[in-house]
Amino acid sequence: MTTTTTTPAPVSPPPVSRPARFKVPGAFLLGAVLLLGVAPLALSDFRLNLLAKYLCYAIVAVGVSLAWGRGGLLVLGQGVFFGLGGYAMAMHLKLADAAATGQTLPDFMQLYGTGDTLPWWWQPFANPLFALAMTVLLPMAVAALLGFLVFRRRVKGAYFAILSQALAAALSIWLVGQQATTGGTNGLTDIQGFFGYDLNDPVNQRMVYFVIAAVLLLLMAAARQLFVSRYGELLIAVRDSEERVRFLGYDPANVKLVAYVVAAGMAGLAGALFVPAVGIISPALIGIVPSIGFVIGAAVGGRASLVGAVLGAIAVAWAQSTLSDAFPAAWTYLQGLLFVLAVGFLPGGLASLGAVLRRRRPRNRTTATGETA
Amino acid sequence: MTVVLNQSFTGISIGAVLLLIALGLTLTFGQMGVINMAHGEFIMAGAYTTYVLQKSISSAGVSLLVALPVAFLVAGAMGVLLEWLLIRRLYTRPLDTLLVTWGVSLMLQQLARDIFGAPNVQTAAPNLLTENISVGGGITLANNRLFILGLALLCVLGLTVVLRLTPLGRRIRAVVQNRDLAEVSGISTGRVDRTTFFIGSGLAGVAGVALTLVGPIGPTMGTNYIVDAFLVVVVGGIGQLKGSVITAFVLGVLQSVLEYSTTVSVAKVVVLVAIVAFLQWRPQGLYTLRTRSLA
Repeated sequence: MTTTTTTPAPVSPPPVSRPARFKVPGAFLLGAVLLLGVAPLALSDFRLNLLAKYLCYAIVAVGVSLAWGRGGLLVLGQGVFFGLGGYAMAMHLKLADAAATGQTLPDFMQLYGTGDTLPWWWQPFANPLFALAMTVLLPMAVAALLGFLVFRRRVKGAYFAILSQALAAALSIWLVGQQATTGGTNGLTDIQGFFGYDLNDPVNQRMVYFVIAAVLLLLMAAARQLFVSRYGELLIAVRDSEERVRFLGYDPANVKLVAYVVAAGMAGLAGALFVPAVGIISPALIGIVPSIGFVIGAAVGGRASLVGAVLGAIAVAWAQSTLSDAFPAAWTYLQGLLFVLAVGFLPGGLASLGAVLRRRRPRNRTTATGETA
Repeated sequence: MTVVLNQSFTGISIGAVLLLIALGLTLTFGQMGVINMAHGEFIMAGAYTTYVLQKSISSAGVSLLVALPVAFLVAGAMGVLLEWLLIRRLYTRPLDTLLVTWGVSLMLQQLARDIFGAPNVQTAAPNLLTENISVGGGITLANNRLFILGLALLCVLGLTVVLRLTPLGRRIRAVVQNRDLAEVSGISTGRVDRTTFFIGSGLAGVAGVALTLVGPIGPTMGTNYIVDAFLVVVVGGIGQLKGSVITAFVLGVLQSVLEYSTTVSVAKVVVLVAIVAFLQWRPQGLYTLRTRSLA
């Protein structure tokens, strides 16, 4: 853990005292120095690559923090959007790999023998700009459609959580079933190049890390602005008392829809960046269990605190890959226990630990237990 | 036509399994508003109970009959323990309960792996249940599926009797309809909650026994069914037995007919789309408890 020293940003809007105005940019700068300066210098290629993977999960956590922490929408299906982004990117990279070796079809399609022509829905992904746009637009479109249908009819709370979870289950099952065109259980593997750069070259892997770290920092800054904007206030209001917001003349459905769609876009981008960093995207990475995994990190770190959610996601991902190899059984117990303790008894996550212990002044406290979704 | 009928029968038996699982869920969900993700692991507990009993009682038929009540008690006891340790502290935060119980389910799965090993195990079905009945017209009904159907209907009947005709049922219904009013009328809501949780979790154990007849027993067997069972509860209307019964069979038949005409994966997606479309029409599910509350 290289970034534990960043102080949690005060998230409630303007107490425009002088220290607060410098605290947030200061913390942001510190994070940037740690991620872009210290980590690449201090870590080996292998560990930096692992960190790149964790940072992808952290990008998802930014969206989870927005939708769940601030909006009270328990998004149990972020794997869907992560997967859509990942597959959109991987499809393009597979096609580019194939083109580089003079083939027309990606390797797995030749193996499973689906004929000589590329399926029509693969064809546009040969265009890099289209594929890049799709990594974000496709998840956002799916989220917009589901969100519109669900929120407009005031389907909320647990219903929404279950539906989003079922969506994750359906997508991963569907991908497994379409082996000839999606690689089935294996997913899209063995990705060699990234827009002309050879991914086996450690230098290019470092470049991918920098891209991911920069995207994370940018999205955190954007999310923070969203948190302190009028919209951010409205979102918290919807979380805490949806009916009151409706009586005041706002439409809570739209407020929730925006949070859900933005979170989906972030997850899509994370999935797209995950592919060059790890070299694979598969149904096992986007089903029910990984989808809940995206929520765990944010829950442990602090769902309503941006920094907490991000650090939590990184820490849980790190613990998972470090401990699960050494002690698989013990790690599963620990993971379950961590979840029970963090969500059950410290709903604000570790980010609220200081506040709980120190009893900070009320105006700086952010309530973290959102229940109405 | 024969194929469609055979597929429908398979669908009805899938529906019966879903119904057994959803019964317990709709009871606890409806009364306490909590979503118990560890419900799937109570199914697993029921299935492993059957496995353990069959090792000590050699006759498959006897062990199956013994397993039904024992599994009910084992799973029910686990449910009460969970309710007492965690869930009663979280009644005001239903979404958090979902996540906490998921953590519990992770631990229970690992526990099963440590005790029984990671690979799936099998139980032998009694001879009677491995046969088929031919009802003419090329339609065959598998005995084990008929048994599950009968078991599911018996459970629905039993639960209906308990809810409609016993003092306990009256108390449960009172708490479901208006918790505060029930409390001021002298009902110990905490005790009723625990009893409901016992019955609901016990039914999951019974579902686990039934599942040993149609599939292998493994640490993750619960997760395969839990999402579908939740969808049954959501579509049927929370806390509504009638709704769950109808929805379970409709979803089961829909699933299996679609599976036949397309593939398993496409069927899953189509069923989900159908559910989202259905919720456009009835966002609170098929049947709803009419109250004056805003939520």
